Amino acid sequence: MARIFAYIAHKGGIADDAAAELAAAARKIDPATSPVAVVTGWGAELDAVCETLRGSYAEVWKIANQALAYPNAELVRKALVNILPHDGIVLVPHSHFGIDLSPGLAIKMTSAFVSDVLGIEGAEGANLKLVRQEFGGQVSAHVACDSSSGAVLNLRPGAFKSQESTPINGIIVDKSADVGALTAGRRYLETIVAEAGDVDITKHVVLVSVGRGIQEKDNIAIAEKLADTLGAAVSCSRPVVDAKWLPKSRQVGSSGKTVKPKIYMACGISGSFQHLAGLKGSPFIVAINKNPKAPIFQVADVGIVADILEFLPELTSKVREIKQVSV
Amino acid sequence: MEILVCVRRVPDTSENEIQLNTAGNDIERDDLVYSINEPDNYAVEEALQITAKAGGSVTVVTVGSDDDEEVLRREMAIGASRGVLLSDESFDGSDGKGIATILKGYVHKGHFDLILTGVQAEDGGAQIGGMLAALLDYPFASLVNSISVLDGGKLRVSREIEGGNKEMNEIDLPCVLSIQTGINEPRYVGMRGIRQVASLEVPTLGASDLGVDASAVGDAGAKVKRVDYFVPTLGKGAEMLEGDREEVIAKLIELMKAKGGLN
Ligand SMILES: Cc1cc2nc3c(=O)[nH]c(=O)nc-3n(C[C@H](O)[C@H](O)[C@H](O)COP(=O)(O)OP(=O)(O)OC[C@H]3O[C@@H](n4cnc5c(N)ncnc54)[C@H](O)[C@@H]3O)c2cc1C
Repeated sequence: MARIFAYIAHKGGIADDAAAELAAAARKIDPATSPVAVVTGWGAELDAVCETLRGSYAEVWKIANQALAYPNAELVRKALVNILPHDGIVLVPHSHFGIDLSPGLAIKMTSAFVSDVLGIEGAEGANLKLVRQEFGGQVSAHVACDSSSGAVLNLRPGAFKSQESTPINGIIVDKSADVGALTAGRRYLETIVAEAGDVDITKHVVLVSVGRGIQEKDNIAIAEKLADTLGAAVSCSRPVVDAKWLPKSRQVGSSGKTVKPKIYMACGISGSFQHLAGLKGSPFIVAINKNPKAPIFQVADVGIVADILEFLPELTSKVREIKQVSV
Repeated sequence: MEILVCVRRVPDTSENEIQLNTAGNDIERDDLVYSINEPDNYAVEEALQITAKAGGSVTVVTVGSDDDEEVLRREMAIGASRGVLLSDESFDGSDGKGIATILKGYVHKGHFDLILTGVQAEDGGAQIGGMLAALLDYPFASLVNSISVLDGGKLRVSREIEGGNKEMNEIDLPCVLSIQTGINEPRYVGMRGIRQVASLEVPTLGASDLGVDASAVGDAGAKVKRVDYFVPTLGKGAEMLEGDREEVIAKLIELMKAKGGLN
């Protein structure tokens, strides 16, 4: 069986949460494997990350270079192509960074590439049996991947449950000398932090969250009325922000805000993993969707098949009635 | 600036209830509503906005079959100068690398300064742009949500990263960028526009036209193959509230009270 490598991202000297998930995924490919953690970066932060990782990975490959102090995927790719054996299996989180890095990495290593993998059902020789989702998560697919000349797999964050493991005393192998020349036609300039918005959706106990199903800007008022009545705030999924119906600060998800309400009402939201990534603290999820097959019903606590444009106003007036009675 | 935009026609998942066919090897495609892959539409709009300022023209290309011509015409109707269909029996069953290899064949036939793709497609997974760039040895940036043209054959692009933050980069031309939704406000397609391009020719190019080795693409060249489809069961599944509308609302309100969301 080929060696398995896990690319570990890090920030401020702390390894990404995915480190344990990637190790768990590696063992699904080969229960006997001892995956190698691969870390790129520079200076004390890199050293700190390697030191932590050797508590859970038997071998940590450290790739130190000043040009890698910021993880510019174009430079990281060059370093990895020079250092990793091209018949290895490389696991990378399907994150904003993994999307940037992996497709090109696979080409340069002449390896197979599968993106957004959410299940691994094992390997028969070099043939990996993987699970992906298609069509907005409405159907899943088994995918066969021939890894005989290596493979790069982007794994969906959160899809592989990390296992408890007793701390080990792994070794750090310094691979920095093999990095080669690092220049790229793309240069990192700076990071611009997202602006704060008018309403802080991270502080609310109840969120009325609207998705593409709200259909047009004028209909946002329907959700706002319900939110006002409940003392809640209106949040949303990405297409609502893309269409400029609500500001970016209201977006829940991996490229938006992380929220931790007690009750989350997903109205006309299909339930993509990028959206669900923004929900923390296991809120009680109420899903209202006109499509009984919408993936959101698989993760919600209660589901209602309905047209939100009719359902929400009716719910609002009922809640109002109750509130008036109790005053 | 000469810009190539790679586009795809996909079933619209927000409009369709996707069902499996009886064999389980494909989805039931008969009654599906198709449209252009959402991020691709933003990519075409961005290309049109760049050429409106910097000059040049926009070409849209897709790998597919005759049915896919409609998305090329749609993009021509909003301003793309030409549409090109890459189609050949040997392309069937291509994996991501196969599609990128076919597109590379087309890129080499022209002189493009900038190549755009959508960030991902409904049944793909954010792979074509990065693969194409690597095959061409061009620089690449994914998840691009703003572009400005700089002097000296360079662009300033921002990439969307976690939490809605933006990573600013400078990138040399020619390059490949994958475009994220929300980068602009795509224009609508009018019936008049569609009619105006109806008679324009959309050339079809096959493997030999593109100098593509048929054994490197399609099913023959694919290392990644879909085996079958199945209906996922991810979580425990929601308790579905059924009954007439009044009952459903009453049950929901009870539950929300119990969970501390209503008092
Ligand atoms: C790198 C990256 C980052 C991303 N980050 C985020 C993020 O942070 N947050 C985020 O939300 N998304 C994010 N996305 C996008 C994500 O993949 C999905 O496309 C998005 O979440 C879909 O939003 P939606 O559920 O509102 O729309 P859709 O998936 O289109 O779903 C709309 C739903 O509404 C239902 N519906 C339609 N009309 C009605 C009606 N009248 N009544 C009831 N139901 C109705 C439909 O059945 C459907 O289920 C990201 C994507 C990428 C590639």
